[in-house]
Amino acid sequence: MGIKAGAGRPRHDGGTSSSKNRRMELVCPAGGLPALRAAVDNGADAVYIGFRDDTNARHFPGLNFDPEQAAAGIAYARDRGVRVYLALNTYPQAHNLDRWLGAVDRAAELGVDALICADIAVLDHARRHHPKLPLHLSVQASATTWAALRFYHEHFGVRRAVLPRVLSLAQIETLVAKSPVAIEVFGFGGLCVMVEGRCSLSALLSGAAPNLCGVCSPAEAVRFEDTPEGLVSRLGGWLIDRFAPGERAGYPTVCKGRYRLGGHVYYAFEEPTSLNTLDLLPALARAGVAAIKIEGRQRSPAYVAAVTRIWRAALDALAAEGGAFVPRPAWQAALTGLSEGRQTTLGAYHRPWR
Amino acid sequence: MRLTLGPVLYAWPRERLLAFYEEAADWPVDTVCLGEIVCEKRRVLNGNEWLTLGERLAAAGKEVLLSTPVLIESEATLRRLRRLCENDRFLVEANDMSAVHLLAGGGRPFAGGPGLNVYNPRTLAVLAERGLCRWSAPPELPQAALAAVHAQRPRGVHTEVFAFGRVPLAHSARCFTARAENRQKDRCGKACFADPDGRLLHTQDGQPVLVLNGIQTQSAHTLDLLPQLEALRRLGVERLRISPQSTHTATVVRAFRAALDGADPGECAARLNACIPVGPCDGFWHGAPGAGCRGAVD
Repeated sequence: MGIKAGAGRPRHDGGTSSSKNRRMELVCPAGGLPALRAAVDNGADAVYIGFRDDTNARHFPGLNFDPEQAAAGIAYARDRGVRVYLALNTYPQAHNLDRWLGAVDRAAELGVDALICADIAVLDHARRHHPKLPLHLSVQASATTWAALRFYHEHFGVRRAVLPRVLSLAQIETLVAKSPVAIEVFGFGGLCVMVEGRCSLSALLSGAAPNLCGVCSPAEAVRFEDTPEGLVSRLGGWLIDRFAPGERAGYPTVCKGRYRLGGHVYYAFEEPTSLNTLDLLPALARAGVAAIKIEGRQRSPAYVAAVTRIWRAALDALAAEGGAFVPRPAWQAALTGLSEGRQTTLGAYHRPWR
Repeated sequence: MRLTLGPVLYAWPRERLLAFYEEAADWPVDTVCLGEIVCEKRRVLNGNEWLTLGERLAAAGKEVLLSTPVLIESEATLRRLRRLCENDRFLVEANDMSAVHLLAGGGRPFAGGPGLNVYNPRTLAVLAERGLCRWSAPPELPQAALAAVHAQRPRGVHTEVFAFGRVPLAHSARCFTARAENRQKDRCGKACFADPDGRLLHTQDGQPVLVLNGIQTQSAHTLDLLPQLEALRRLGVERLRISPQSTHTATVVRAFRAALDGADPGECAARLNACIPVGPCDGFWHGAPGAGCRGAVD
């Protein structure tokens, strides 16, 4: 699976086109410079990053970029033909709106290749003050229809949109055909079972959620306790799950907890699992999807390197083999090993629960 | 301050729904939001029947709003949404950006529901330029942030606050009521009709925590801002929203109305306590975990 950095990768047009059978762009996460270098060195077409505060949806301690690091990352990527997108995808309030708008200006100065935004005020500011800066609509904007996409396209010139992980493959096909903007979908990583950008489950129990705070189940509200009944995970004091001896203890995300209903204790929303759409790559390409996004800015550089390498190989194989493409078992095994809960799912793209 | 009766979020059989609105016609609410906004498979009434119901309520002196679905996935739903947005009889309340787009293109005013992510004054202003004439603040918006948006609202735009009811927290393509029954969504058997107030989930140590309502997840606790009425008055918000529940909604409406008309707030709050199934919450209002409750006025 050895891939040379940037070798033979065509430049894309930044998301203005959604024409079919174009090579899909591989968009990889970077929570810091080492991860950015890992993504670039292992075959990402684009890397997405965030500033070191709550202006993005991965506001975790020790993660993200200050302006100097962002400049260094952009230079490193650009020298190797890789684009850098900056996520400014949380929702500012009146008291901190200026910080978000300032972040837009800073990103424009840094020369990022696109901004990934959700809030209308942020989009409006970018459109007015930096009309040449390409705008991508974040998954946090929860746009699930061509009508919603048209709103953001017409009013703010959005060129590309990341779809919530709730649509089926057939729905994505229909959407791409009618969308005024290029479409990016999640290919691999953590799976939100709720529509992104419209979930305040974490805020109910911890006081903080992605929309306003850029974080889901913040570390300071998480506690693991050894009890006579086994290891227990809590969020804001609320019991999210209890684990049998030897059972793998997952992070206490509200939608991945086990709750009691009548006499049963069960995963009320979803088993802990990760999204993996490798099997769907040919269908996504046929549908005209422009880019595949890998989730995980909070993951290690080694993780980013491994996942990027596999997805680069898969996209290259898809380009070479077309309809004959079949994911290699070794890729699937490696991705499953890297996944939360050591299980993967096709998510809503394929709907066994439907 | 005016009172808005939000749309019924739960699956109620036709007779129950019609009986509810027959009663509501006599309640001291100013505005009634109509429509099935959570799951279109419920389809208790069709589009024309909702309009007929709207006429009935309008004849009783209510302002009627038609609320749009919270999550739109299919072209068929989008077509129904378009018809709803094109009605020229009632104001439409948009609950997602698809509806905002269709309404903004129609050149007529529209309302924004609590599901729209309006968190700052500039977002409100941009939407107002496109026809938004009223917004219902997202329930998780803290008082201070709400006050700032309200203070800077464009002229003529009214602010509504979600003041009573279980809080809608998340939506999914999946149906968690069907999942609880081990059924697939397409063969759900409309299991949600067994839960007139949703299905209560407890933590493993016995705390009520969430409510499953089909594709929607709500708080187990009922948001109750009646104890904050003085603060709401000082802010000058124009409307309070009450979200229907299967029992006691009339008592809730009358308690709010009485408090607004000057009745003893403590007594009105006490009347509400008997109407709250699990317990009250107001954490979001204070910028704290939403399930928490301070209750008394600070």
